[in-house]
Amino acid sequence: MLEIKNLHARIAEDGTEIIRGLNLTVKAGEVAAIMGPNGSGKSTLSYILSGREDYEVTEGDILYNGESILELDPAERAAKGIFLAFQYPVEIPGVATMQFLKVAMNEQRKARGEAELTTPDFMRRVKDAAAELKIAPEMLRRPLNVGFSGGEKKRAEILQMSLLEPKLCVLDETDSGLDIDALKIVADGVNALRSPDRAVIVITHYQRLLDYIVPDTVHVLYKGQVIKSGDKTLAHELEANGYADIIGAAA
Amino acid sequence: MNMQTGMKLSVAETALCEAYDHAIGELPGDGAVLAARDILISDFKEAGLPTRRVEAWHYTDLKALLRAVPAFDPAASAAKLAPLVEGSTVLSVVNGVADTRGSVEGVTLRTFSEALADGSGAEGLTARDSDDTIGRINGAFVRDGFVLDFPAGTDLAAPLEIQTTQNAGQTHTRFPATFGANVKATVIERHVATGENPAFVTTVSDISLSDGADITWVILQGQGAADTHLGQIRVTLGTDAKLRLYVINAGGKLVRQEIHVVVSGEGSDLKLRGINLLGGETHNDVTFTVGHNVPHTTSTEVIRNVIFDRARGVFQGQIRVAPDAQKTDAKMSCNTLLLSDEADFSAKPELEIFADDVQCGHGATVIDIDHVQLFYLMARGIPENKARAMLVNAFVAEIVEELEDEPLVEALEGVIAAWLEKHA
Repeated sequence: MLEIKNLHARIAEDGTEIIRGLNLTVKAGEVAAIMGPNGSGKSTLSYILSGREDYEVTEGDILYNGESILELDPAERAAKGIFLAFQYPVEIPGVATMQFLKVAMNEQRKARGEAELTTPDFMRRVKDAAAELKIAPEMLRRPLNVGFSGGEKKRAEILQMSLLEPKLCVLDETDSGLDIDALKIVADGVNALRSPDRAVIVITHYQRLLDYIVPDTVHVLYKGQVIKSGDKTLAHELEANGYADIIGAAA
Repeated sequence: MNMQTGMKLSVAETALCEAYDHAIGELPGDGAVLAARDILISDFKEAGLPTRRVEAWHYTDLKALLRAVPAFDPAASAAKLAPLVEGSTVLSVVNGVADTRGSVEGVTLRTFSEALADGSGAEGLTARDSDDTIGRINGAFVRDGFVLDFPAGTDLAAPLEIQTTQNAGQTHTRFPATFGANVKATVIERHVATGENPAFVTTVSDISLSDGADITWVILQGQGAADTHLGQIRVTLGTDAKLRLYVINAGGKLVRQEIHVVVSGEGSDLKLRGINLLGGETHNDVTFTVGHNVPHTTSTEVIRNVIFDRARGVFQGQIRVAPDAQKTDAKMSCNTLLLSDEADFSAKPELEIFADDVQCGHGATVIDIDHVQLFYLMARGIPENKARAMLVNAFVAEIVEELEDEPLVEALEGVIAAWLEKHA
């Protein structure tokens, strides 16, 4: 589903290279965890996958279902099924949450040539998905992410994900700032989306989230490269021994 | 005083003087009214239209900007519109003439032409000061409007819409309104062009809130792309009076809206919210003064501007705090979303504080679309142009939502969305 080949990317503004020859393949149905110390390029990778303009790809390619997505803007990528759950969801005062959800769902449907949702159908979908994630209706009446607690913001991201039904989900440190109850709710939400035709990339610092979202593969990112890949036992190894051994072995 | 005796009159100045000579014979008014009109026009002839050398008009050089003034056009026929908010009571002024069939339950109502005819309207026909060009022109030419008297305790169930429509020529209207003690009401003052011909419009509202009155007053200006609109609202606030004053400019070619508030009752609160949607070649000026004259009063002023194309915007905001007006709390902010390199905005905040135990502040920002917000919306599949429109709308919708009156909020959001649809 996703094939990243020898990717090099830098910050557009100052030219700092962050991703330096990254290779990664994620198959449909797979849950891939990406771990690594601070500054290794994890969040940058998530932004590059979703098409943020602040980064420039200088070499290599990203293939999604066999096609390069480098020329597509974030909205086009989203319509093709790529979803980024933000580490820091953005507050937008003046945009009502419900209006945002409706516009996003319908714009994606339009881009795919599907009919727009009727209002009752839309309302029903939101109500059902919100109940699953224990999101109170009051929260949906507020402006987008405004006044949401850290946990509420993360749950709102998962709500968007379940409503938009993407094919490639990228979760950028979705566990940060969550207490254990919120973590379980979020993990249940993600697990409910696991399916043979959908891939999930979980970016995280900690093993903890991976106890709840059990990955098929684990990749260690360091200085903009994948320096080691393995199965879920690799995450336990990292938890026990830290990154130093693996970094040392790769150097 | 801006003495320009012996100056050469501009085309617009000449047109106004000639229009007065033609119109005065048939403008309503008794001897006192006629005398007041004559004083105003003679002051106008002496001072002329203000230039940038007049401090109060520094950013709106009316003499240079006002190129022509259309003659009165009694044959111009404008259409009445359905109210902005469904279920409102509408008082209509079409082409400068009040529709006498209007009535509002519980409110004493007269047309301003009646007040002029019997001389009671003469009292307000004065300029506020030597730079009050709007008061001067309006007072000299005013033909009609409504005099509204809300008896103490009136609680208006539905909004009252004062609607002026025109599509050519000149119209000059006036709306004195007195709100008795503890009156609760929402008034929408709506000025709309129903045609494309250039029109010259002046309008003055003179409102006073007695003790405990709680009023929402919305000025919605939606004139045509060739129109000049000179508006003024004079406000007096009594003890514990609350006024939410919304000024929304979404039209016109040359616009100046003045807001002058006298805070004369302790415990009173003014919330001024301004939205200026500017596009094309519009020049739009909002000039605000508030005098906090007694202790323990509050005011907040939030102005949001969205500017496209080659439009120019001006906000002048002056907060004066009198020597014994201790514990005044006044905060003013002016935020501008500048969406074109050729657009221009000038903000002039002024604080004149003569009391020592007060909180007063002001701030002005000029911003572009927030790129992180734009990315977030696009990352959810919303195409760039639509995402931008949502963010522009959000910038102004935020302050409309403060009204907490669902039908009114929806109606105003509809006006904003329609404007953005046309201009963005």
